[in-house]
Amino acid sequence: MAIVKNDSVIEQEWITVDAEGDLPASDENLIVPLARFKEERDSLLGRNGGLGVQLNPGDAPEDLADDLDRLSIITVNFPAYTDGRGYSYGRVLRERMGFTGELRAVGDVLRDQILYMHRCGFDAYDLKVEGEVALNKVRAALKEMSVYYQPTGDGRVTAQSLRERRRAALQ
Amino acid sequence: MYRYDDFDRQLVHERTEQFREQVKRRLAGDITEEQFRPLRLMNGVYLQLHAYMLRVAVPYGTLRADQLRQLGMIARVYDKGYGHFTTRQNIQYNWPKLDEIPDALLDLAKVEMHAIQTSGNCIRNTTTDQYAGAAADEIEDPRPYCELIRQWSTFHPEFTYLPRKFKIAVTGSPNDRAAVKVHDIGLRMHQNDAGETGFEVMVGGGLGRTPFVGKTIRDFIGKNDLFSYLEAILRVYNRFGRRDNKYKARIKILVHEEGIDKIRELVEEEWAQIKDGSLRVDDAEIAHYIEQFAPPAFEALFDDDADFERHKSENRRFANWVRSNVIEHKQSGYAIANVSLKPIGGIPGDATDTQMELVADLSEKYSFGDVRVTHEQNLVLPHVKKADLFAVWSELDKANLGTANLGYVTDIISCPGLDYCALATARSIPLSQRISERFGDLDRQHDIGELKIKISGCINACGHHHVGHIGILGLDKRGKEFYQITLGGDASQDASIGKIAGAGFSEAEVVDAIESLVTKYIDIRESGERFIDTYRRVGMDPFKEVLYGDR
Repeated sequence: MAIVKNDSVIEQEWITVDAEGDLPASDENLIVPLARFKEERDSLLGRNGGLGVQLNPGDAPEDLADDLDRLSIITVNFPAYTDGRGYSYGRVLRERMGFTGELRAVGDVLRDQILYMHRCGFDAYDLKVEGEVALNKVRAALKEMSVYYQPTGDGRVTAQSLRERRRAALQ
Repeated sequence: MYRYDDFDRQLVHERTEQFREQVKRRLAGDITEEQFRPLRLMNGVYLQLHAYMLRVAVPYGTLRADQLRQLGMIARVYDKGYGHFTTRQNIQYNWPKLDEIPDALLDLAKVEMHAIQTSGNCIRNTTTDQYAGAAADEIEDPRPYCELIRQWSTFHPEFTYLPRKFKIAVTGSPNDRAAVKVHDIGLRMHQNDAGETGFEVMVGGGLGRTPFVGKTIRDFIGKNDLFSYLEAILRVYNRFGRRDNKYKARIKILVHEEGIDKIRELVEEEWAQIKDGSLRVDDAEIAHYIEQFAPPAFEALFDDDADFERHKSENRRFANWVRSNVIEHKQSGYAIANVSLKPIGGIPGDATDTQMELVADLSEKYSFGDVRVTHEQNLVLPHVKKADLFAVWSELDKANLGTANLGYVTDIISCPGLDYCALATARSIPLSQRISERFGDLDRQHDIGELKIKISGCINACGHHHVGHIGILGLDKRGKEFYQITLGGDASQDASIGKIAGAGFSEAEVVDAIESLVTKYIDIRESGERFIDTYRRVGMDPFKEVLYGDR
């Protein structure tokens, strides 16, 4: 059980509650599901601690449009690695809505999906293995491929733009 | 033809190494078959009834001579000396050993080939008209756009875990030879009122257990905007496609349940937000890809060739082959030569190592090193001088590749069926062989004319039975194979889904049933009518009557 972010293992500083669970003390950092956030928005925003929202498959990230700057973290739940909706949520949040806080993949997060998640804007991965093992998995996953065809918001240079640069240099 | 540059090569190389490590982990017992499954599937490795099967991608059905030769070598070294060309314009090897597959993939990588996009719930290998760049009726060569789609869709980070697999097909000709209307997305090139060439976009076509003809979501999308538009469709599908039931997860179900108007609204709304982004491809880049698919150095020739005409008049078998298998080329003095992988009584789509090597050699000598794979499971030499056709045919004929049956009743599409496939409910290959033998006489085939028989060994419809003029679906009834017949299917620009004629037939009865349908058609056809035309004119009843009488 380790969270990897920015090439290191980080502490779990957030308490995630479900739709009905009791809220922790007001100064604790709290993550609530989107549905609960929409219901209890005003009281949640009035708490002292940090606030985050969890998106589950089927949720619309667009529902957070007015509150993004109030959220320090958004977790996206992958209940099974085969459910790829979260990849679209990542790109919409980062590339369209401009979310700059932590975007954390939780749930069935496996080594072979981490590169794709990173390309879609995720910067933190909650893995079901211990610290060092988790860190090594993320490191290995992120350097397995070095050629990228698709432009996404991750800042990687695509094969196409490298080709264009090369052609320009030859002219 | 497109040649890989160092970026493309690097990507395939890294993928090959990645899979070698994964196989090592599996063979060492570090991961279970269950954990290995998604990894091998992302690399085209399936587990079939008797063995692993390796499916190799042939992007948009285009092969170079050296690539086809290598496919032959792989058949010999890693398999039992043959391969099977599929309705996806791919090739499958049925008997590779798991520990040798990484080496096979390395040998493929040497000729810029791989097994990427041949499995998994990703955007699959893009398919197109096998006559692209050669067809006389073509508006524009679709392959530059196919190559751009290939790159855009290879390891797309957002669309690798879609609700289900996703297939895109493109035609550059109004005469659709790529079955684009029965794909998740079908693209048809055409000109708009302003005289610009672009694409009609169709979505939600497909076969399987719930067949649909695709619906037009946009009449025209310009070339520069094609890729952002595709991304918009895929994003809508990824977000809203059903994931609760594997059999309702294809985009055709989303389109059917929500309606094309609702899906169009969602796609247009999405597209409006990304159309001016980094997926917009400018004219210079498109020109760069068009350049890579520039026509080969055709000679300026008269269209008629005296020797060609003389051979036709002297050799009836050659004349027959020209009649069925040779198609008009856009370049004067050239022709498109179809290489039938449907010898009478043979296994549809199978080719031996030496046959592949022969076709590779012939393509080098006579067709600018260019070979195509068709979704109807044949090969094509797309650019042959008419003056060379006799030499080409003579060589093909010696290797049992000169069968003159393109489009005829024995040019059968068949899935591997229960002889290989873990999903099949009935055998399809033996049935296709028996039908082929029954109708083997060439004069009779020619008299029957174009008649597309397509056989699937289960409801997943890999053999495209829904769009066969006569479709045959093999099912299992209490441990016995039986075969359901559909009539009136069509994969062309006039696409339609066949209708079930009635109760199924036993294995012993089904060939007679097919023959009775053909006999009926011959009896009632009007001049110039193909089977499908007659069916459309008279409907199901006359055919039902010969199948079932008063039953």
